[in-house]
Amino acid sequence: MSQEVKQDFEIFEGKLSKNEFIEPKDQMPDNYRKHLIRQISQHAHSEIIGMLPEGNWITRAPSLRAKMVLLAKVQDEGGHGLYLYSAAETMGISRDELLDQLHTGKAKYSSIFNYPTLTWADIGAIGWLVDGAAIMNQVMLQRTSYGPYARAMVRICKEESFHQRQGYEIMCKLVKGTPEQKAMAQDALDRWWWPTLMMFGPPDDKSPNSANALKWKIKRESNDQLRQRFVNQTVPQAEYLNLTIPDPKLKWNEEKKGYDFGEPDWDEFYKVIHGHGPCNRERLKSRVAAHENGAWVREAALAYSEKLKSKKAA
Amino acid sequence: MDSKESLFRYCLRFADSHLILSHRLSEWCGAGPFLEEDLALTNISLDILGQANGFYEYAAGVENSGRTADDLAFLRNEREYRNLLLVEQPNGDYAQTMLRQYFWDVYAKYLYKELSNSSDATIAGIAKKAAKENQYHLRHSSLWIERFGNGTAESMQRLKQGMENLWHFTGDFFEGDELDAYAAKAGLGPNPRDLQKPWTQEVQAHLGNCGIEVPAETVMITGSRKGTHTEHLGYILSVMQILPRMYPNAKW
Repeated sequence: MSQEVKQDFEIFEGKLSKNEFIEPKDQMPDNYRKHLIRQISQHAHSEIIGMLPEGNWITRAPSLRAKMVLLAKVQDEGGHGLYLYSAAETMGISRDELLDQLHTGKAKYSSIFNYPTLTWADIGAIGWLVDGAAIMNQVMLQRTSYGPYARAMVRICKEESFHQRQGYEIMCKLVKGTPEQKAMAQDALDRWWWPTLMMFGPPDDKSPNSANALKWKIKRESNDQLRQRFVNQTVPQAEYLNLTIPDPKLKWNEEKKGYDFGEPDWDEFYKVIHGHGPCNRERLKSRVAAHENGAWVREAALAYSEKLKSKKAA
Repeated sequence: MDSKESLFRYCLRFADSHLILSHRLSEWCGAGPFLEEDLALTNISLDILGQANGFYEYAAGVENSGRTADDLAFLRNEREYRNLLLVEQPNGDYAQTMLRQYFWDVYAKYLYKELSNSSDATIAGIAKKAAKENQYHLRHSSLWIERFGNGTAESMQRLKQGMENLWHFTGDFFEGDELDAYAAKAGLGPNPRDLQKPWTQEVQAHLGNCGIEVPAETVMITGSRKGTHTEHLGYILSVMQILPRMYPNAKW
């Protein structure tokens, strides 16, 4: 290590140890940059892909209010994508490059969106469980070591807590409704529970990126810690709804003051991550189609702005 | 028809046009040409849905028969809907969607201007708020027409195709019936005919600047005021109304 590089490295480590933010112009190890680009862009892609399963229900939302709230929510997700792409761009990569990685299947997005939204209750379950799990992660990320990412997360967290409430409200209405509505709610919980637990990532001892993320203070809590906290928070909410969590091993453990729970099916997790979930192909196809169908629009806008520029110059 | 019934039906027309247009725009969610446009479209869709909601709430209150705003939106059929024919037309490509939006935005501008002076305070209130939102919508849609008209050969070609698909539905804006005559007389809102001249002048001038000629003589397709729609509305309603129709006893 040259003297200069060593010095930069010490400044970086010093900032981390004092819990100061790393800012775009600061020196940082290549692997830190790579890790963050991967994580932030994955997060941005998840917001954009996440618009699809929920957007799927806007035209079928069953009341004017539900329609307005869902439209606003899905629009928020798009906005989150925008902040996050901007945060990633501060690390020296363009949105076009990031989108290209998504469209060619090189970049990942949250696997949860590879499951289908089959009924209206799924919109409730996504808000309640999926956004609830996302918040667990995101609250922690407000203190992540990279400044632009942390600041984007502060805004995002505020909106996400509305989303969770929106989802829980849908569930509340369903369980107080007709027997068919209640069954719809239980069915949605049955299908979304395990995929939601998988959102926190593989168990700590099998998580390849966790060690660096914790060392660099990108993450501040491990997958298993966050998963445990989510279960502890969600079980009473399910009880309030009078719904049954589909896990026979779920049981209060007085000693650890938390719930014991069963192991998610990690084979399924890896299957979906590797492209074999029920909707992987469809999600990517929709995204690529939107991008390709929009090419002439972007070209026209660009051509027009060039014409304006040359007119001004003349 | 007594004055209460007339006011009810008058509000419903506006409510229906706004809801169906919002529905069409919301179909773009996640499919926009780039992220900023995706956000713009959902935003506009949401504004227009809010306007629809205002008119439905008021209509339900005026009718005062126990039907709610949701009942009016989700439990009336194709022949009862009174939205303008233009707003139910398919999205097509982005040029067609923007053209549809532009025709509506200019129409809505003049409509809200008149409704803001309505003898009915609630209608005037809804229109004043909507007029502010409409400024942004019109700026957005008119700028896209400008870009497409002065962009590439392809964008021009698509804009022309959009004209071909939509222009003959614009006459429906201005064809008044007895209810419009009543509304004009009672000071509720404009005579639709009076909106035609300013609308045509503005649209013609803007399209002209964008290299698009407005066809001189077109046989217009009309009928919204009688609930005689194009075939598209039935599909929109079957999607939109599926849950309330499938579970008639459910509350959402």
